[in-house]
Amino acid sequence: MSLAPQFRFRLYVAGNAHNSTQAMSNLKALCKTHLPDRHHIEVVNVFREPKRALADGIFMTPTLVKVSPRPGQRIVGTLSQKEPLLEALGLEACAA
Amino acid sequence: MNSLLPVPRSTTKAPTGITGLDEITGGGLPRGRTTLLVGGPGSGKTILSLQFLVHGAQECNEPGIFVAFEEASKRLIANAESFGWNLAELRSRKIVFLDAQPIPDLVQSGTFDLSGMLAALQAMTAKTKARRIVFDALDIVLALLPDDAARRREIYRLHEWLLDHGLTGLITAKAGADDTSSISEQQFGFMQFMVDCAVILNHTVVMGVSQRNLRVQKYRGSAFDENESPFLIGSGGIEVAVAHPLAERGIKIVNERVSSGVKRLDTMLGGGYYRGGSVLITGFPGTAKTTLSGAFAEAACKRGERTLFVSFDSDANEVIRDLRSVGMRLDLHVKSGLLRMASARTITGSAETYLMRIKTLSQEHKARCLVIDPMSTWSKSGNDQAAHSVAERLIDWTKCEGITVLCTSLLDELSRQAESSSQKISTLTDTWIDLNYVMQAGERNRGLSVIKSRGTAHSNQVRELILSDAGVTLSDTYTAGGEVLMGTMRWEKEAAERVAHEVTEVAAKLKRVRLDAEEAELVVRVKSLQVELEAKQVEKALLARTAEVRKGELSLGRTRMGQLRGADAVSVRKAPR
Repeated sequence: MSLAPQFRFRLYVAGNAHNSTQAMSNLKALCKTHLPDRHHIEVVNVFREPKRALADGIFMTPTLVKVSPRPGQRIVGTLSQKEPLLEALGLEACAA
Repeated sequence: MNSLLPVPRSTTKAPTGITGLDEITGGGLPRGRTTLLVGGPGSGKTILSLQFLVHGAQECNEPGIFVAFEEASKRLIANAESFGWNLAELRSRKIVFLDAQPIPDLVQSGTFDLSGMLAALQAMTAKTKARRIVFDALDIVLALLPDDAARRREIYRLHEWLLDHGLTGLITAKAGADDTSSISEQQFGFMQFMVDCAVILNHTVVMGVSQRNLRVQKYRGSAFDENESPFLIGSGGIEVAVAHPLAERGIKIVNERVSSGVKRLDTMLGGGYYRGGSVLITGFPGTAKTTLSGAFAEAACKRGERTLFVSFDSDANEVIRDLRSVGMRLDLHVKSGLLRMASARTITGSAETYLMRIKTLSQEHKARCLVIDPMSTWSKSGNDQAAHSVAERLIDWTKCEGITVLCTSLLDELSRQAESSSQKISTLTDTWIDLNYVMQAGERNRGLSVIKSRGTAHSNQVRELILSDAGVTLSDTYTAGGEVLMGTMRWEKEAAERVAHEVTEVAAKLKRVRLDAEEAELVVRVKSLQVELEAKQVEKALLARTAEVRKGELSLGRTRMGQLRGADAVSVRKAPR
């Protein structure tokens, strides 16, 4: 476990929209279960930083971007469906 | 049905710059509202929406945003170059592309919304001051949403956003290829109710020929033409075919006549064809339809009028060569640039395509006279109904433009028997000339008759059409025993008349000679009598003199005798000498 890499996430949210807050809490829950103490979450509010969203090509909210470890990954949605999410993040094996 | 109503242009409409569509909608798409554009794959949605943005940016000073859900903007721009729209240049200032294609390895977990995109667009709109926005292939992103409720919610969100920002929106969406005439899917159904204007593009194949149609399904607060109109994707983008009501476009009616190129035919028609009129020449193959067309074209060029000759079936050079054999030098006019020959073998597609190409060509060439030989090809490569409507619009268009058009139409035995000229355009044209073969005494001769000629007292007689290396001539036909004589029979009749004429002439000549002789004889006789008269007069004078001399001699003799006898009372009379 100690060799396991640090996960850096960036979550694009649309202010306090329902989908976005849901994604936020789902992400936090996931990290708590699967990545305790080895994750970092950056939250980008597209309403506040539209230019950044534009530059990053974020059109659907919420969008979760896995910055590291490589390869990068994008997951769109409220993160309510666990299976595709864990598979995308390569965390399947650790699923309890 | 509504096409006859004059639709006023209004400031509440955003012109699309698309020929025909602005007429149908009475000025363009609803400004500040949302329009839904639905069509099957390849029906022209993207082109139409791009054209809408290009026109806005170039002509209306309305910058635009193109949100591409399906095709990458690079490819869109490359494709648009082929229409002559310089998007690369416009892109820098007037039109912004937003690549919003979902990435292929996108993972989805739970529902999402389009707030991110709208936020990005908001930033973009503020920067570019965009007035027009296109969401191309919104269905792609809607398909990712888990349920109808979510789709509905996002459509609603988008619509509200557009309204809030006063943007003229155009949303395109695919419709099922099988059922394109009605928007059946639920989410589109919902969209359809929500938007202010819905346009449906339809692409069907009729007898192997592609046929595109556009129909405005709804337009809140505006009158519009609700019929399906054929459209084309031409070299300059989309062009929608609309038959203009005549009253809307002031047509100048002129009494000017243009020569048909055949002197006698001009006489038959009372001076020629009407300028801006339409002429239909029907006939079997080989009845000299092309030759008459050529004569018309040549006459036009000789008057210095720019002419377009569209030849279907045969190559332009073939037409030139063939017509040269009847003394027409079209090649000279082609060289001088007055005449443009277009061979339709290079144009492929439906009747609609032909019409569009002909329009473009004649506009490029600034043609005043137009020849289409033969028009009947149209019904071959499309359904008859479409061909008829195209012919109708062609004649309508040439009338509006003041172009004199001559079309030929091939007839076959069947259609002649049915007495229907092909495409039924004979009812539309101003002049209808029929060429026919007359079979007689083992010969086939060409007969020409004017079936109708509007506004002209025209000859009712069938003339014989004679082709020679000197050109086309029309000859009077002889009627004998209720039958029209042509060809050799006409020639025989003519020859007989010639002989009869000669005989009378010779007889007259003979008589003249005889009279001359008689006259000469009389003159001679007069002369000899005169000589005789003179002789008589001389004789008479001589006689008188002799008598006097004798008298003198006699008296002298008597005196002498008296002297000799010594008579007294001598009175000597001196002799004259």
